[in-house]
Amino acid sequence: MAVKKRKNELTFLERIYIVEIIKGLSLTLKNMFKPKFTMKYPEEKFIPPASYRGRPVLVMDESGEERCVACGLCSRVCPALAIEVQAGETTREKERYPEKFEINMLRCIFCGLCEEVCPEEAILMSKDYELAFDRRSDALYGKDKLLVPISQLKDRIEFLRGYK
Amino acid sequence: MPKLVIDGKEIEFKQGQTIIQAAKDNGITIPHFCWHESLSVSGNCRVCLVEIEKMPKLAIACSTTAADGMVVHTASEKALGARNAVMEFLLINHPLDCPICDEAGECKLQDYAYSHSVGESRFVEEKNHKDKRVPLGPYVMFDGDRCISCSRCIRFCDEIAKDPELTFVKRGDRVTIVTFPGEELDNPYSLNVTDICPVGALTNRDFRFKARVWDMSANKTICQGCSRGCNIELWVRNNQVLRITPRLNEEVNSFWMCDHGRINTFKFINAEDRVDGPQLRKEGALAKVEWEEAYNFAASELKKFSKNEIAFIGSPFATLEDNYLFAKFASSLGSKNIDFIRHTDSSFEDDILRKEDLTPNSLGAEAVGIKPGKDGLNLEGIIKGIKEKKIKALYLIEDDIVAAYPELEEYLANLDLLIVHATNFNKTTNYADVIFPAATYAEKNGTVVNFQGRVQRLKPAVSTVETDRAIDGMSMSRLDKFGTQYDKWAQGAKYDAKSTWKIIAALSNVLGNKVKFNLAEEVFNEISKSINSFSGLDYDVIGELGAKSKLQTSEKIVNA
Repeated sequence: MAVKKRKNELTFLERIYIVEIIKGLSLTLKNMFKPKFTMKYPEEKFIPPASYRGRPVLVMDESGEERCVACGLCSRVCPALAIEVQAGETTREKERYPEKFEINMLRCIFCGLCEEVCPEEAILMSKDYELAFDRRSDALYGKDKLLVPISQLKDRIEFLRGYK
Repeated sequence: MPKLVIDGKEIEFKQGQTIIQAAKDNGITIPHFCWHESLSVSGNCRVCLVEIEKMPKLAIACSTTAADGMVVHTASEKALGARNAVMEFLLINHPLDCPICDEAGECKLQDYAYSHSVGESRFVEEKNHKDKRVPLGPYVMFDGDRCISCSRCIRFCDEIAKDPELTFVKRGDRVTIVTFPGEELDNPYSLNVTDICPVGALTNRDFRFKARVWDMSANKTICQGCSRGCNIELWVRNNQVLRITPRLNEEVNSFWMCDHGRINTFKFINAEDRVDGPQLRKEGALAKVEWEEAYNFAASELKKFSKNEIAFIGSPFATLEDNYLFAKFASSLGSKNIDFIRHTDSSFEDDILRKEDLTPNSLGAEAVGIKPGKDGLNLEGIIKGIKEKKIKALYLIEDDIVAAYPELEEYLANLDLLIVHATNFNKTTNYADVIFPAATYAEKNGTVVNFQGRVQRLKPAVSTVETDRAIDGMSMSRLDKFGTQYDKWAQGAKYDAKSTWKIIAALSNVLGNKVKFNLAEEVFNEISKSINSFSGLDYDVIGELGAKSKLQTSEKIVNA
């Protein structure tokens, strides 16, 4: 059997082992006293920065109504076909509103194209990342779950405006 | 033939044609808003400005008569510049709310803004505001802001519907469209203005905001409203018909169709009273059963009657294929008592499109054998027979005899057997012993013959339990292509219904007559072989626009 040769022969100090192990342990000890990065999730929650793309939400403006005009562009642009919009007619100035707005969170890939295409700044990517379901039907988010007051979305809007 | 050159391409034209018409005939589209092939020339939108050599100024292609040797440039610097300017001018007061507008996706102005405009506005002042959401009539909604004053709708009412109802009022940027005082836009063809409106100013109140055009699939078929058989498209989303639009066929309906056809001929397809699965009357009440059970029951019951005790009523609403096999089925049982109910209304007819015969296929039904045999009873005879209890069994397809003859209602209970093919529950099905669920015209393949003797194709647009959009060749929208059973938007109602000819064929097989057809096309091939009027025709010959049969055009039908 051929004996494999090392690329670099070990020096004497490396071969006696004790020096190397002390080097390694000292690095471990040094890091034990540095500040910790690990979060104790779920007791401790991660609050993402404004650039984070969590689950998409609909903006509810100050009057308590959705900004969405049900144009269907988000639904059209969605590469995963996660969004279903059914428009309805209203007597309000904007004429149309979403009678039904449903996002299938099993299909959503958090790409943010819906947010980008929206002409009314009505759909935004939120910071919400806790999405677990035990039934397919639970993953269908209707207007009740999607509408979020604009006050909670200020920093995302600010981020987007700076970005654009 | 005289010739002219457009953008370096030499084309022939007929003397007297305008440049835009000559170009169109040769496959060159010059941008236009107000010009329409079937309407008079108005020349007000100015977007068809072209450069003609040896002419001092640009000229509009829609009203300039083509002349021999003319050299026309549609894409020269001058022409493009003018087109840009016109687009910018039109967009000054046009609102930029395409996301809200229902026309988005099929809007000429939107398309041209992409293809013929620089895409930027220098207009910083406030846009003009006019009346929004004005109902002009029972079916049409008007939005003044969006109107570009092309006058197509006005010319349509004057020239095609022959019922002048619309006009311009005011001047300059305040010009708008109104109905004449005391008038409404309520002519029988009013909804065509929503098709020809190049922008979202005129919209269909029945369809407004129901769906985005790009979410639907358009399926070519034939209107069932009267014996004209207008060529139409059914717009379907999630297995639901949402609107009907006319399809160009110069031989039949040109660009148009009437409001009756557009509004009243599709809602029953997704109505709540659809028959879903075969029904048998058990202890007085109808109960849903398996197909086999229904076939076996119907077959064993039919055997109990002698040939003179049974009567058959075909249907002018059913296809040629349905009626042909039905007539064959009746004669296989030896019965000569066969006829169909005529539905006519002379007040419905006009000299534009509408015909007094309110059914799509009465000429065809008669031609394939739905008429009493020698010594057989006609419709009157059958009705009399039922009243006198001489007819004990009635087999009726796709019609409602009680609605047509209300006095018959009390006598239907006399029948020992009533078999009905029905799409929806109706007054006749109340008395039926067996109901076979019939596929509607939007769910099956088939042919119908219009009043001119023209054979036209029905194609499926809505899937049933046994059909599939992809396999059965229906047109597919993006949603249809990628939807799965877990997506709500792909779970539209599907009914357990079959084409009448399929039901008849299966029933014949149970009765021991071998009828082997897998496709409606095979039934039609047999029709064209065995009936002289249809010889030489097949589904390919008929194609999308139909083909003439040798049937004589219908005589005035006497009201039954």
